[in-house]
Amino acid sequence: MRVLIPGIGGVLGQRVARRLLEQGHEVIGIDRRPWHDAPPGIELHNVDIRKRAAEDVFRKRRPQAVIHMATVTHLVEKTAERYKINLGGTRAVFEHCRDWGVEHAIFVGRHTYYGAAADSPLYHKEEDPPMAVTTFPELSDLVAADLYACTALWRLPNLCTTVLRMAYTLGPTGHGTLATFLRGRHVPMVLGFDPLFHFMHEEDVTTAICLALEKRVQGVYNVAGPQPVPLSVVVRGTGRSPIPLPEIAFRAALGRFGLPRLPPGALAHIKYPVVVDSEAFRAATGFVHQVDEVRAMQEFRDAFPVRG
Amino acid sequence: MSLLIDPEIAARVDRLELPFNTYGVDPYGASKQHLARLFTAFRFFYRHYFTVGVEGIEHVPARGRAMLVGNHSGGIAIDGAMVITSCFFELEPPRLAQGMAEKFMAQTPFMGLLATRSGQLTGLVETAEHLLHDDRLLMIFPEGARGTAKLYPERNTLVHFGSGFMRLAMKTRTPIIPFGFVGGGEAIPTIANSYALGKLFGAPYVPITPWGVALPAPVRLELTYSAPMTFEGSGTEEDEVIEGYVEEVKQRIAGLIEVGRERRRKALAWSRGAEDEARIEGEPGSTKEEQR
Repeated sequence: MRVLIPGIGGVLGQRVARRLLEQGHEVIGIDRRPWHDAPPGIELHNVDIRKRAAEDVFRKRRPQAVIHMATVTHLVEKTAERYKINLGGTRAVFEHCRDWGVEHAIFVGRHTYYGAAADSPLYHKEEDPPMAVTTFPELSDLVAADLYACTALWRLPNLCTTVLRMAYTLGPTGHGTLATFLRGRHVPMVLGFDPLFHFMHEEDVTTAICLALEKRVQGVYNVAGPQPVPLSVVVRGTGRSPIPLPEIAFRAALGRFGLPRLPPGALAHIKYPVVVDSEAFRAATGFVHQVDEVRAMQEFRDAFPVRG
Repeated sequence: MSLLIDPEIAARVDRLELPFNTYGVDPYGASKQHLARLFTAFRFFYRHYFTVGVEGIEHVPARGRAMLVGNHSGGIAIDGAMVITSCFFELEPPRLAQGMAEKFMAQTPFMGLLATRSGQLTGLVETAEHLLHDDRLLMIFPEGARGTAKLYPERNTLVHFGSGFMRLAMKTRTPIIPFGFVGGGEAIPTIANSYALGKLFGAPYVPITPWGVALPAPVRLELTYSAPMTFEGSGTEEDEVIEGYVEEVKQRIAGLIEVGRERRRKALAWSRGAEDEARIEGEPGSTKEEQR
């Protein structure tokens, strides 16, 4: 199959591309970022997904499937540009899919869509509303991108659309929101709170995305690996030390003393859990995670040991 | 292991049939260590501080989904705590009853954490359904916060029952095991509820007792379980139908409260008689052990 991956330059994009190449697919990538050591079999286009040149890739290469991974978080881009990439980019991808005869489009989203709050249920099902809009406004553009992708399910009946809401990634590449939060030696926690964190190894993330392509599942699916573990366990399991701070001190200390910088809304996500039910995805694709939570934490710890 | 954990209880926690991971945490965040600490503390209350008389525990199934549904008794959650403790100590293998707590618990530092670590989650239909789907033992007080607000003279009455539990039980084909709880009102005789103090602590209200704070008195408690009730249907029936079923459960619970009160009266009369006898024989205390 000819597969186009917008956002191929990211860590996950590269992994998915390599895996698809191994499986014998023809892989084409679009990204503004360069990928220097790309395997020779992959055709790269160094263009912005929102620009005319990107449409030309669709027009000339006529991919059968598209895996849209060109969305960014607040960790990468600041406000205005992020909105443009996440919303404008997603729109462009789906319009090109419609216009150039793509059969299957996969939107790779995030489980933080559901948001964290004291009264949000454990094990979100796909129909749960996106509370992240209120709990964590910095995520609202990603929520909007997710919902926009969902509209393709009824707007573009000829296109098979898959929306994946992936749990946090954790593994040796140190990629992702959770890994970034855990990068330092000390990890701040809110005193008196220790929510469950749902994460999966990057190998399993790659497997899940490739399975969604292979099985051509239509609809919205939560994707998660092993069972969630408390944040304190994640912190210790990755060799870090938790610094429990009262909520007021926590707000003041962020971005100082070597602690990670976080937007104010992130606080809810450190107090309350976002845990998803991925049964539907497992049933539809036969997905089984290979790496358990212990090994995922261990591999991150080995790749990013605490110095001193 | 911590000093606060009895090794015997830790061994019992090991026998809970829950999918704990390598770190001793289950998929809902309940932790073996916390459970062992909790039940070490609760055993003291269950066996020594209060005396809890339990009848009908055989009605609680050893495995599979089930819903314990009962009345609130007492202004703080000693009723729930003792129900959970009875399922842990009286059942073979032990089971973890999981309650549905008020939302303010989750918002309060430490309190929410302690609740979650002992398997007590924020009360939400979605979470309850998921627990039942995983064949857990759910504990429901359909009176909700209205039930814990009962004043001393109303302690053995029932207030309005919500109907959400019934729809959920029917939808998930879960047997309901009604229970009646007696004595919580004597342990915490609420003379008033302070909503102003509640606001201060972020709780709905704070119960006031003759001795000021809601510290429970060491009294006898009676817990009576009855045979499971099952209701056929999809849970999407009209309110009138559902409310009829809820009323059946409510009547059963009212009956169980009377059974418990009777037992409590007899036990107290007997212990009073026994104490009198003991006083005559001049060896107080020895008979007190026997009545347990």
